Amino acid sequence: MARFSIALAAGTGAMLLSLALSPTRATVAAPKTHTIVIDKLKFGPVPPGLHVGDTIQWLNKDLFRHTATARDGSFNVDLPAGARGVTKLTKAGTIAFFCRYHPGMTGQLVVSK
Amino acid sequence: MTRMIAWAGAAALLAAGTVTTSYAAALNDAQIAHIAYTAGNIDIAAAKQALAKSKNAKVRDFAQEMVRDHTAVNDKALALVKKLHVTPEDNPTSKSLMDGAAAAKKRLAALNGAAFDKAYAANEVAYHKTVNGALDKTLIPNAHNAELKSLLQTGLTLFREHQAHAEHLESALK
Ligand SMILES: [Cu+2]
Repeated sequence: MARFSIALAAGTGAMLLSLALSPTRATVAAPKTHTIVIDKLKFGPVPPGLHVGDTIQWLNKDLFRHTATARDGSFNVDLPAGARGVTKLTKAGTIAFFCRYHPGMTGQLVVSK
Repeated sequence: MTRMIAWAGAAALLAAGTVTTSYAAALNDAQIAHIAYTAGNIDIAAAKQALAKSKNAKVRDFAQEMVRDHTAVNDKALALVKKLHVTPEDNPTSKSLMDGAAAAKKRLAALNGAAFDKAYAANEVAYHKTVNGALDKTLIPNAHNAELKSLLQTGLTLFREHQAHAEHLESALK
């Protein structure tokens, strides 16, 4: 029994190691969710390392209703006070966004493939 | 033109100019809270007038935003003065703002359609400018309580955003 589990552990370890080291594994990263916090009439920092397939979670911690609206029209998320909303990243590039209610609220997503 | 004169009068009272410095320095938190609350309420009332009169989608959208945002700040202000056991105190600056608002309301009531929309947008630009100046130069520097100061700062950021939005609206209506 003891010997079996050791063998199994060693086998699994070797498999995980080979997966981790395999170059194809590194390029196909699992999609991530990144959060952008809105507070005091400002978009918080945009996380680096955004990729196509990832999701942006907009979290409105402010007293006020806002929107996260893409200048190119690719998304428009309504965010009542305290609400959250999501945008799935479907294309690479730089996407400028703003709030439709408060024109000074702006930011940009830099999305790579 | 009457609009400019009305708000210019309020602005003169509010600005930390040489004439008003002694009065501004004498403002206490109860008066400052009253002025800020009054300023918000005036804009809510103006927005309600616009919602009753205008059929323009952009104007209505803007007016709804004014009601929503200023209600949010004023609710917060009411909760704060309650917590601080401060009773907002009427004062000449609040009165001057109210007088200006009454004049604007009367003038706007006589207009309809596109003429109303344009006049409302122009009034919103002028009004937010006046209040921004007051918050920045008089109310925030004179506020003693840190929480009140912080809420006034949020109010200033909000009023500035509204001024920018009102300017966009005004040029979209031209
Ligand atoms: Cu906003």
